[in-house]
Amino acid sequence: MIRFEAVSVRYEGADRPVLRDVDLAIPEGELCLVVGRTGSGKTTLLRCINGLVPHFTGGRLAGRVTVDGRDTRTHPPRELADVVGIVGQDPRAGFVTDTVEDELAYGMESLGLPADVMRRRVEETLDLLGLAQLRHRPLGTLSGGQAQRVAIGGALTAHPKVLVLDEPTSALDPGAAEDVLAALQRLVHDLGLTVVVAEHRLERVVHYADRVIYLDRGGVALAGPPAQVLAASAVAPAVVHLGRLAGWSPLPLSVRDARRVAGPLRTRLTDRVPSRPEPRLGPPVARAERMSMVYGPVRALDEVSLTLRRHEIVAVMGRNGAGKSTLLGGFAGLLRPTGGRVSVLDHAPHRLAGRDLIGIVGLVPQDAGDLLYADSVLAECRAADRSGGLPAGSTAAAFADLVGDVDPRRHPRDLSEGQRLALALAVVLAPRPSLLLLDEPTRGLDYPGKTRLVTALKSLAADGHAVLLATHDVELTAEFAQRVVVIADGEVVADGPAHAVVLGSPQFAPQVAKVLAPQPFLTVTEVEGALARVAG
Amino acid sequence: MHPGGWWLWALGLALTSARTTNPLLLGLILAVAGFVVASCRTPTPWARAYGSFLKLGFALVLIVLIVQLLLGPGGTGSVLISLPQVPLPSWLAGFHLGGPVRSGPLVEAAYHGLQVATVLGCLGAANALANPLRLLKALPAALYEAGLVVTVALTFAPEALATAERLRTARRLRGLPSSGIAGLRGIAIPLLEGALDRSLSLAAAMDSRGYGRRASRSPGRRRLAAALLLGGLLLAAVGCFALFDAAAPGGLRLPLLGAGVLALAAGLLQAGRRTARTRYRPDSFGIGAAGAAAAGLLAAAVSFLPLQAVVSGLHPQAQPPLLPTFPLLLAAAVLLAGSPAVFARRPVPA
Repeated sequence: MIRFEAVSVRYEGADRPVLRDVDLAIPEGELCLVVGRTGSGKTTLLRCINGLVPHFTGGRLAGRVTVDGRDTRTHPPRELADVVGIVGQDPRAGFVTDTVEDELAYGMESLGLPADVMRRRVEETLDLLGLAQLRHRPLGTLSGGQAQRVAIGGALTAHPKVLVLDEPTSALDPGAAEDVLAALQRLVHDLGLTVVVAEHRLERVVHYADRVIYLDRGGVALAGPPAQVLAASAVAPAVVHLGRLAGWSPLPLSVRDARRVAGPLRTRLTDRVPSRPEPRLGPPVARAERMSMVYGPVRALDEVSLTLRRHEIVAVMGRNGAGKSTLLGGFAGLLRPTGGRVSVLDHAPHRLAGRDLIGIVGLVPQDAGDLLYADSVLAECRAADRSGGLPAGSTAAAFADLVGDVDPRRHPRDLSEGQRLALALAVVLAPRPSLLLLDEPTRGLDYPGKTRLVTALKSLAADGHAVLLATHDVELTAEFAQRVVVIADGEVVADGPAHAVVLGSPQFAPQVAKVLAPQPFLTVTEVEGALARVAG
Repeated sequence: MHPGGWWLWALGLALTSARTTNPLLLGLILAVAGFVVASCRTPTPWARAYGSFLKLGFALVLIVLIVQLLLGPGGTGSVLISLPQVPLPSWLAGFHLGGPVRSGPLVEAAYHGLQVATVLGCLGAANALANPLRLLKALPAALYEAGLVVTVALTFAPEALATAERLRTARRLRGLPSSGIAGLRGIAIPLLEGALDRSLSLAAAMDSRGYGRRASRSPGRRRLAAALLLGGLLLAAVGCFALFDAAAPGGLRLPLLGAGVLALAAGLLQAGRRTARTRYRPDSFGIGAAGAAAAGLLAAAVSFLPLQAVVSGLHPQAQPPLLPTFPLLLAAAVLLAGSPAVFARRPVPA
């Protein structure tokens, strides 16, 4: 269905090609997963399939890409619209109309399909993706998962043979991601659609894939069956790391596969408890007492009481819209509680501004790029020094601590996702706030990027900061949070040590815990430590 | 229902309110429009437009009254209140600040304010009943692209507001001023960058979804369409000019205008065939829409009738104020304009 023949792509002004000599053939009806570090060219590879590269982005494409026998050199994206449907990273950015039904019909209108065909396909697609209840809703009122499914539906109504998705679940909570992936699975199985997906959170998708394409940093692609490719790849989900540690062959890709071969490992770990360092608890830094945020009929937070201490890393989990960001906003002084009290170092944060505020509490918002506005890394760091009244170079030093050497003349927009997050973090950290808040910091981060973030946050906590982060990422939580708070509908439904909260929940348990239950292990590192002690 | 029907209906009511300053009639028009909105609106966010437009209108009335109170002594009628007079410099001769306030000018200002508020209310009713974006979709195919630009711009505005709010938050988080001139400058540039980014990804999405696929057409037909459009526009312009120029030969005016309009229509039709687009569930101008349009336009037509019964009630005397009379014929026509509330009532979902 899709063929890449010796494809290389080089963008204008780049010193090396993004893709180099890629040879691929993706047969009809496969679900093909594209993996790789950030900046390895995943998006470029996807955009080659419908001709957006090079027709829309510019740059030079050598070799040949054919889809269903059509050469993308002679067919611009609009002439491939009936064969390839593509959904970008941010589904909302691609919406052309204003209501769900019109959005589903837009592609068909452009293709000039007759009215009765359009009517039928819109109804079918509404059912297929479970959107029938939303048909008249304005697009602006949809949740993340709904918007993603509408975007997929908009691509599907043209009845393409290939569907291309760029990180379809990165912004979604585990439940909504499951909905989207189940819909994809159905498309592949029922309609024989060929699907190409790029995704960072492999633990969510890899067991659905028939084939994995791994892109390494040099733009070279390696394709093959998932177990074979992941055995050698630098990016892999926790269950694969566990499989490598235990020496399982073939490597299990899903929790189910792993559980079936994990019997002996579970037996070896019987009566072993993971060694977890006793959490260090300092004096309280921030406190919310029966804090409520009520906006009209919406109770975003309902009498939440929470104390955060020095040296503590706390993860807030819960579905999209549960009130996680509101809680962070309350501690950061962005929102004034409509009931109860909130204090950080005995100040009410919403009454502070300027240096007084950033000196005690720092928040990295969901879109870390929002914090950055200067035109180079150096200028950004200097601006942060000035606004915080800090000695020159403090922000730059904090940034170097986080990522090492980065050319200070680069524009913040040209940094990789991880570097941009690090820059935003450095800007927030430079005034040394006692309370650090992070909203969904791992969106778009690859596994090595996450590892660096975890290391950085752990050393901050050791230094005496209190860290509170809102996240959907169960693996990340297992890796380093000492305490987990679960929020639902604005109320705290669970608050306790990470292992106690996470182990009991099917939704928030990490893969290792699911594989090894009832043994109480959360991460591969814990298993490794326990095994070493067994051996020694 | 076709959005054009609602807009014509609202246009009729707005025209009627523009004809009269009688507060009884204006109040009746507002009540009728409100009744129709309440019975026929859809459960969408823009259905709240009537209330917002009405609030805007009454704020306007209030402002007009306050300005009149401060700046407008003189006139006729009894003195209601005497404000202290502020002496103004000689170059402001003719203006007065403060002084005795008489009922006449105040009542007159209230009448005119109410008139504007009613026109606004009619516009709000149109917005509440028919999504303006759907009206754009009813444009002829040749104007599709212009309509699309407006659609994208309209959906972009609320998004830009949300982005601005996010950026303001981000500035506060960095300890920078988030309001005032400095704050505005810090927000405007990233906002603009964001808008450019968004338009790029929108363009990519539209391209990927087949926007701009052209039907194959001969260059001859393309030229014909262009010639018809240009020629029609020229003829219509000359025709319009002739219509208002007394020196132009009288027999030529209407034929010129007619020919121009015809050529324009043919040109639009030709140009519309350029794209291979089709439409999903186009609104048809059915009997309901026609009925609503007729009901609204009838009220306007009655207000233009040169009958004593109509004309005498249009502008009640304000200086000195007399009780306004109630022109029954026109009131009946306005009440009839409320009939869509009955025949176009939105069925209550089971």
